[in-house]
Formats: sequence, structure tokens, C-alpha cells
Amino acid sequence: MAARGPHGTGPDGSGQVDGAGGVDGTDEHRPTASDVAGASGPGLAAGNGHSPPPAITVAGLTKNYGEIEAVRGIDFEVRTGETFGFLGPNGAGKSTTIKILCTLARPTSGSARVAGHDVTAERDAVRRNIGLVFQDTTLDNYLTGAQNLRFHADLYGVPTAAVAPRMRQVMEMVGLWDRRDSLVMTYSGGMQRRLEIARGLLHAPRVLFLDEPTVGLDPQTRSSIWEYINELKAREDITIFLTTHYMDEAEHCDRIAIIDHGKIVAIDTPEALKASVGKDRVQIHTSDDPAAIAELKRDFGIEAGIHEGAVTFSVTGGEQFVPRLFAGFSVPIRSVSVSRPSLDDVFMSYTGKTIRDAEATGADAMRQMVAHFRGRR
Amino acid sequence: MATTGTTDTTRALTSVDEAALAGQIRVAVPEHSLRSDLRAVSIVWRRELIRFRRDRLRTITSLIQPLLFLLVLGTGLSSLAKGSMPPGVSFKAFIYPGVLAMSVMFTAIFSAASIVWDREFGFLREMLVAPVSRSAIVIGKCLGGATIATFQGIVMLALAGLADVPYDPVLMITLVGELLLLAFTLTAFGVMMAARITQFQAFMALTQMLVMPLFFLSGALYPLTGLPGWLSVLTRIDPLTYVVGPMRHAVFTHLNLPAFAQQALSPGITWAGWVVPIGLSLGIVAVMGLIMMGVAIVTFSRPE
Repeated sequence: MAARGPHGTGPDGSGQVDGAGGVDGTDEHRPTASDVAGASGPGLAAGNGHSPPPAITVAGLTKNYGEIEAVRGIDFEVRTGETFGFLGPNGAGKSTTIKILCTLARPTSGSARVAGHDVTAERDAVRRNIGLVFQDTTLDNYLTGAQNLRFHADLYGVPTAAVAPRMRQVMEMVGLWDRRDSLVMTYSGGMQRRLEIARGLLHAPRVLFLDEPTVGLDPQTRSSIWEYINELKAREDITIFLTTHYMDEAEHCDRIAIIDHGKIVAIDTPEALKASVGKDRVQIHTSDDPAAIAELKRDFGIEAGIHEGAVTFSVTGGEQFVPRLFAGFSVPIRSVSVSRPSLDDVFMSYTGKTIRDAEATGADAMRQMVAHFRGRR
Repeated sequence: MATTGTTDTTRALTSVDEAALAGQIRVAVPEHSLRSDLRAVSIVWRRELIRFRRDRLRTITSLIQPLLFLLVLGTGLSSLAKGSMPPGVSFKAFIYPGVLAMSVMFTAIFSAASIVWDREFGFLREMLVAPVSRSAIVIGKCLGGATIATFQGIVMLALAGLADVPYDPVLMITLVGELLLLAFTLTAFGVMMAARITQFQAFMALTQMLVMPLFFLSGALYPLTGLPGWLSVLTRIDPLTYVVGPMRHAVFTHLNLPAFAQQALSPGITWAGWVVPIGLSLGIVAVMGLIMMGVAIVTFSRPE
């Protein structure tokens, strides 16, 4: 399995970031990238032996923008028919990776194959086989919904006879057939996103890329977009690659890769990742947080940190731990909560911070990658 | 892993009995070919037309400036110019070809600006990621811009009567052809700029900065003879000169003027005394347009 275990065995806290940074830092980076790039040829040949070849194969991929290393040597494989999620905070390298896979950006080093074609050497072949829904809308507001799709069909060379029925099919799938002749500028945000999904599917791609498909939408629209995506999986023979920074959305994926600072820190099914944490998350509100953290370390050997305004740490058997904590704790505790591992905890366990912390420091996403230390807070 | 297993089974099923299962419409995107490129050119071109049709306001506002030049400047200066004009020729007829060129100029550059706009609103990405050659997109864009700019020129052409220019069919067809050529080259110029300049404000500022000098140096408002050396050189560098000259030639050959008057008002473009033939003049413009379009294609073909 490609997934690496959680870093260290100690409880997670602010100290963990240093450890993670050291392990995933430049020391390990170079050998990983070159090893896998060298092995990619034979690896692929082996892959062809199995019945469906992987939909996406990425080996030793890096991308630098000047000084900034947006992607720092990643390897993964997406199986045909799978829904694969890229989970990470803004600026972690998700969009850069998707851009490379969609042939919009050239990798600095490493290689990637999508639907059996190399993204640098066979750009057209890749493009014919992928559908794209970008984070920002890419519709022409001055055209109607149907005209936008028509444009796409002609650009992608959808056989003329198939255009009309296929347009109807995808528009009905996202519930926009009745609005096909309205200008896109009259559509709501959710409708525009649905139209983009319909458009991305129009040419029956083998791999559909969704870059933050629900960002900027209200919760209700978000869940309806997911209904469409799930229906789509049932109806179309398609591999979905999506990026998200919403933990709850990652649960929809068959497998997820957690990406942080341009590196993949874990890949597995959401269940397996949660199981790998094996610890409950405890959050306590106290009247003196620094003292509480110090006491937790002294008396229990637990590294706690402050996340979301509460002293937060992970322990095995959280419910049993809380009575012990209350028995001998000198700092007054105002409230306590124990939660089963969620993807948030998985994220925290692998990166040493919650995704919201990572987001908070990443207002300027690029700067965040350069200024690692700010993530520690 | 279990999930993948199930999906694989489904996949096998659907490929066997796809149509029956889900009413799936089979679509296979064909290999890249000349035909698919032509289809792409055509849809990019058609999109320009659809958008132009929707934007009637632009058609009207784009007329204002050329009309100001023709009616206000043309009428105002005609008393001053009377002495040097042969009888029966108005100053308005003299500047009419330049005004025609001007109306095309604004629309052509503005339509190229839509690329910058498309980039800002993301639509450019939809085009650039499609499995067609970038040249198809750039060519479609240039042809689309050329077409709508020519339409704009035709609207201005319909007002020929205001400038005392006769509605002669041969003259009209000649002028439409020349306007089309000019419109194409200007759009290609705009697209070339838009390929590099990513901000709308910067694009507009830069093109505005170039448009007026191009117009004033083209001989649209004065004959190209008897100019001081520096101005004479500048006018010969200005590509617009090579369209305004032939257009003026076309207008004046249809005004039934004595040869000497025609020689005085429309002497043709000269290079160190050698009169550049009309064909070469227009050829220069066409070649420039093609070169600029080529540069635009190369620029757009470069990935990040």
C-alpha cells in the first residue's frame, strides 16, 4: 500500500509539525522523486498486465514556480472507475497537480499519465479523454446554457449526430434542460456549477476532473452537487478525480490522498485512514490553556496544542481517559468533548494541524508554502 | 478495494450492454484532424457573431467617434480645405476612407480585447484545454473579430452618402474587401497583444495608446505628398497607410475626376519616389496580419 503510517507514535501536537517537516523535507524528497521516475517504465508495463490499466499514474511529479515549490515529488495511482479525492488546504498543491494532469501546466520533473496517455508528450490524446470542472467558472455568461454546451461539443469534436441527444441527456442529468435557452448570466451559482459538470461530461470523458467542485456554494447546493456526482457515478462509466478542502466531501471518495505543502502524506480509503489514527480526539476548554498544556505533558506525557480555541490532543480510549484527567488535574476545566477520529483527525495526525489551521495561515496560499513556520502557530 | 471490484464489474456490464442499460449515448471524441480543427475555427467564429448580435449598443456606440470625425471635423475643416480641393470634391469625401478604417479599427481591437476578458472570466481556459490545436482557436478568433469589424465598417459604408461618395456597387465591394483585410490584420494585432497582456486595463490602455497614432499617421486626414521627411517616414511605417491609400484610390476613381485632381488627392504611396502598386500595398497588410496571427498562435501554444 502506498500509504505511509502516521508520523511517530506519540500524541499529536504542535511539536509534531517539526517531525513531519523533517521526515518529508528535502532530505527524503530527492531520492523519492528520482527513484520512482526511474521505475515508472517497468511499473507501467506491469500495470498493463492487469485488466483495467490505471486511469491516472503519477510518478515523481514536481512543479516549481520560480522559487516556490508548489508540488514537491508526488506519486500515486488512480484506478479506473474510482472516485479519488485530493484533500488538502488551499495552497497545498492540489490545483497545480490538477493543472498538470489536465495538460495546462508542464511538470518541472517527473511524469504523469492520464487515461493511458502521457500528459506532456500526448497532450491532445489526454485532452480528448478528460472532462474538466474548474474551481472558477469557465462559462460564457453571454451565451445560453445550450450554446455553451454546443460550443464545447464542436470544440471537442463530438460527432454531429450525437450532439443533440447527448446535450439533452447531460442537461437533464443536472436538471437544467428547462433552462437551456436562458443566458448563463441569469443562472444561480449552483446552476452554473451544474452546467459546468454537464459540459465536462458532454464528450463522455474517461476521467472527470473536479477542482473544488463545491467551493463557494451554500451547503444545500453543495449537497445537491454531490447528489449529481453520485448519480453520475452510477450512470456513466467514469473515473472521477477531485480536489477538496472540505473534510465531509472527502468521505464521498473511494480513496483519498492527503496533500500538504506539495507532498502526499497519506493515501487510503477514508475508513482505513480513520482507523490508522486509532485515537480519539479530546478537546478541553480551561481557564488557563498554557498551564493545562504543560500539565498534560508533565502528568500524562501528552503533547497538546491549541486548535479551534481549545486545548486539543489525541489519546487512545478517550472516554476512559477523561475520568483520569479530571481526577488529578489542577487547572479548572470548563468543558470537555471527546470525538471519534474523523478525517480532520487524520489530517491532523499526518500534518500536525487541523485543516482549518492550515487554511487560516494560508490566506496567501503561495506565501504559506514558503513560510512553513507560520503553520505551527 | 471492495469498491473497486464492484465498479469493475459494472464497467464490464456497461460496455457490453451500454445503450440498453442507461440509454447511454455513445460518444467517442475522434482523433485530431483538419476537419475537427475547421469545426473548432467555425464555432469560435460563430461565438463572436452571437455575442456581437446580442450587443447592439456596441454597434451604435462604435459609430459615434467615426461620425464625429466625418461630420464635425470633416465639415468644419472643409472651408479651410476648399482652396486645395478640385471643384466637386468635398473634404468629407477625402477623409471618408480614413473614417471607414477608423470604424473598423475600434471594433477589431475591441473584439480582440474579449480574449483578455475571456481569460479573466475563465472561458479562455475552456478553449485552451480542448483537444484542438491552438491555431484553430486563434484563427477562429481572428476571423470572428474580422467579420464583426467588417460589419461595423459596412454600417459606416451605408452612410457613404453623407460624405458625398456614390453608392457604386463595384466601389462598395472593393471597399468591403479592403475593410475585411484591414479588420483581419487589426484583430490579429489585438490577439497577439492579448496573448501576452493579461490585464484588461493594461490592454485597453496600450491599444488606445497605439490606435490614435496609427490613425493620424495613416494619411487618413491629409495627403501623403509634400510632408516633411520625418513624417513621411513615419507614415510609410504605419501599416494603416497601406489600406487607407488603396481605399482612397478606390473612392477617387469612382468620383469622375480629371486625372490631375486625382493625382493631387490620391497620389498613391511612394517609397523614395517609387509608387507602391495597390496589390503590393494590400499584400503587405495581409502578410503583416498573418505574421501577427502566427505570433499569437505561438504564444498561446506555450503551456505554463
